Amino acid sequence: MSDILQSLIDIVGERSVSNAPEELWFYSRDPGVLAPHKPDYVVAPKTTEEVQKIVQLANREKVPVVPMGNGMSLAGLVIPLKGGIVLDMKRMNKILEVNAMARYVVVEGGTSQGALKSYLQKNHPTLRHSIPDAPATTTIAANVSLHGQGRLTNQYGFNSDMVTGLEVVLPTGEICLIGSPSIGPYWISKGPTLPDLSGLFLGWLGCTGIITKVGLKLYPNKKIRDAELFVTDRVDLIPHILYKLTHLEMLEDINVWFQPKPLMFLGNYHITIFFTGDTEEEIEFKRKMVWDCLQEYMDSKDGGFMSMQYMKPMLLEMPGRNIADFADVPKGGGFEYSGPIAPIEHFPQYAAKVVELAAKYNVLYASTARLISGGHSMMYSISFAFNRNDKAMMERVEQALTEATAFALDMGGIPWKPNFKEQQMTLAKMEPNARKLLLMIKKNLDPQGIMNPGNWEVNS
Amino acid sequence: MTYIRHIEHENIVHRCFRCGYCKYPSDYSDFNCPSYKAFGWDTFAPGGRMWLTRAWLSGEIETSARFAEIMFSCVACDNCKDQCVFPKFKDFLPDIFQETRAELVGEGKIPPGVRDYFKAVAVSGNPYKLPQSERGDWAKGTGLKPFTNQKYLFYAGSVGSYDEVGKRMAQSVGKMLVDAGLSVGILGNEEGCDGNDVRALGEMGLFVQLAQANIETFKAKGVKEIITLDPHALNTFKKDYPRLGGLFKVRHYSEVLAELIKKKKIKLKAWPVTITYHDPCYLGRHQNIYQAPRDILKAIPKAEFVEMHRHGADAFCCGGGGGNFFTDILGMSEDSASRVRVREAAETGASILAVACPNCAKMLTDAVKMENLEDRLEVLSLAEILERARK
Repeated sequence: MSDILQSLIDIVGERSVSNAPEELWFYSRDPGVLAPHKPDYVVAPKTTEEVQKIVQLANREKVPVVPMGNGMSLAGLVIPLKGGIVLDMKRMNKILEVNAMARYVVVEGGTSQGALKSYLQKNHPTLRHSIPDAPATTTIAANVSLHGQGRLTNQYGFNSDMVTGLEVVLPTGEICLIGSPSIGPYWISKGPTLPDLSGLFLGWLGCTGIITKVGLKLYPNKKIRDAELFVTDRVDLIPHILYKLTHLEMLEDINVWFQPKPLMFLGNYHITIFFTGDTEEEIEFKRKMVWDCLQEYMDSKDGGFMSMQYMKPMLLEMPGRNIADFADVPKGGGFEYSGPIAPIEHFPQYAAKVVELAAKYNVLYASTARLISGGHSMMYSISFAFNRNDKAMMERVEQALTEATAFALDMGGIPWKPNFKEQQMTLAKMEPNARKLLLMIKKNLDPQGIMNPGNWEVNS
Repeated sequence: MTYIRHIEHENIVHRCFRCGYCKYPSDYSDFNCPSYKAFGWDTFAPGGRMWLTRAWLSGEIETSARFAEIMFSCVACDNCKDQCVFPKFKDFLPDIFQETRAELVGEGKIPPGVRDYFKAVAVSGNPYKLPQSERGDWAKGTGLKPFTNQKYLFYAGSVGSYDEVGKRMAQSVGKMLVDAGLSVGILGNEEGCDGNDVRALGEMGLFVQLAQANIETFKAKGVKEIITLDPHALNTFKKDYPRLGGLFKVRHYSEVLAELIKKKKIKLKAWPVTITYHDPCYLGRHQNIYQAPRDILKAIPKAEFVEMHRHGADAFCCGGGGGNFFTDILGMSEDSASRVRVREAAETGASILAVACPNCAKMLTDAVKMENLEDRLEVLSLAEILERARK
């Protein structure tokens, strides 16, 4: 037995370490199209102190460490590109505190989105968090570390904007509190009015430390949720429609989607408009505002509201279990998407690009855009499904996604959760001094280069 | 020797997205896959098994003790089948895991506990290695007579015939049926193992032998209607035996008792007690019987019935399904299913945890002891509860 394996067992116990071929095979890959790479060990810590000891060991031995939630970024962000230790964080899943009056929750990083939703429903039914469309198994820390979005992103920004404090194990092994919990007992701010250190970890994909606790803002959970579905075949009108809807300043979420299958959806752009209320009166008022707002497009016969009774339960479900269905359209268990953050005015160009790429690479597409912060930007999802038994198809999807990212960068967009290749494309585009600053931060925080190496490698 | 691996649903394994919905109940409140809960590795979740099966079939990973442990730690609770978000193939997940186990059995590379279980059933006719001549001893004093031409056969199964907790359950059900005036008999020493768990663990040859022997006996005796003690037997009698020519009307004893209460053949007195109920997987998810046990408990005057957070189709397995009752691959760690389940039962404030399956009864009785809950929680079968509440 190697010294490292024995040391890991000493830290977490035998049942929580594996170097068996089965775990090494499984934890070497994610559901996306990137090639796998095996770790040397998989470890499942249960406490921050165990994480700390593992990182200290890794530092001493110069072994890479890759923190992992459920591995559902689809972009290969937890594939251990240089081997080492994969830390499966899902056993750190305690919900530690809910401050109902200040509307925040503190959880261990491996807490799943589903478990938090369930806990709040049972214990604090008037509160909710911003649930992403990713499966319920995805973890809170992973979501904020890749700037995830959720059902409340239109109202309140990226899910990482909703962080109210962090506990992080630094790459050198120190346990560090970020934001207001570094000063006192309350997890009310990740930064302001202090220098905002959370930016050293949020969006860094585990390259600058391991997030072991997250404070997260909670929001009012209104008694009623409802939705309307507006449909148009005029892609050029979409930015204007979105602009008008965001002007209402009272919608929960706005998604724009189009897809070629089933055929009833082909050729149309669908805008799902979500709103909430505590009374039927409030709901009906908001519904009226939405209808009034889009009346001109109905008058000009450019669009209309679609009956959605049979789809409503599916659209209102959080997280949307049907979203994974796309993976099975080619009967093959996979899809991956590029999700650039872009101005809403570029919607028509992105929409055209999706269709163009799907035709060029002979792959099946689906596309959804989610508005961010009342329309300051949108996450534009360019999704391609693939059959996992068809290697050539997977390669075509990978090429299509790379081209989509290049297109987004050319359009001035920012790639969301870019894979390691797209990170390099992004860095190449980045203003040199900004790139230099990234390098300084990474080098100072992680002098041995052990944290999720291969990602955000500024000097490569 | 190169072993060519093949499973019937091989063309589906690559379609799993490993999204992980399969390891939760419908409200995501906790992990609902017993082996994932106990081991904590994604490889031990249904998605992990799907991906590993694919790798194993393609030769990317070899057969190993670990691979066998992963496959045989599945308790066949069917939660994954219910929760998977892919309607086109979700129903086949348990089949895929069962077929993989069968392939491992064919390869001869199975955990020692599984091997010993098969051997015991093959040699002794029961997993306890006890003599067939003692199989009917449990029925002494119940008033149950050997089956001749009664309307119903009461099938006790191996756990009900040999295990102490199981025997108690069989006796109380037997007495209840007799006292209610039902025309019912037993096979006693002529009864054979039903084979449900043998099948779940993948020994198809032995299963077919057991099933055919039982079918022959039932037919020779003129059995038309069967009441089972064990939901495992109920499951295989209803699901598997018809394909082998065994067509019988089969009901679980909870359905029969609920009917007898409704017909006032069993009369109940007031009993101020708080009861919660654990849904057995083979009764609930496998056979969709949720209401009858609840009807029984709710019929007791003054008794308060409380549900555990996870109940009905979302119930958490006791960990004893799919043969794990005998092979114990899940073990009894703090996160083992039975210990988690009794903690959940205790949280309800109930003093009685009602069970409808002898395997669950044994698993949960042991877990109550391990959790030091004996002074707060008593595990009782539906019939034992009725015995206490009977006028």
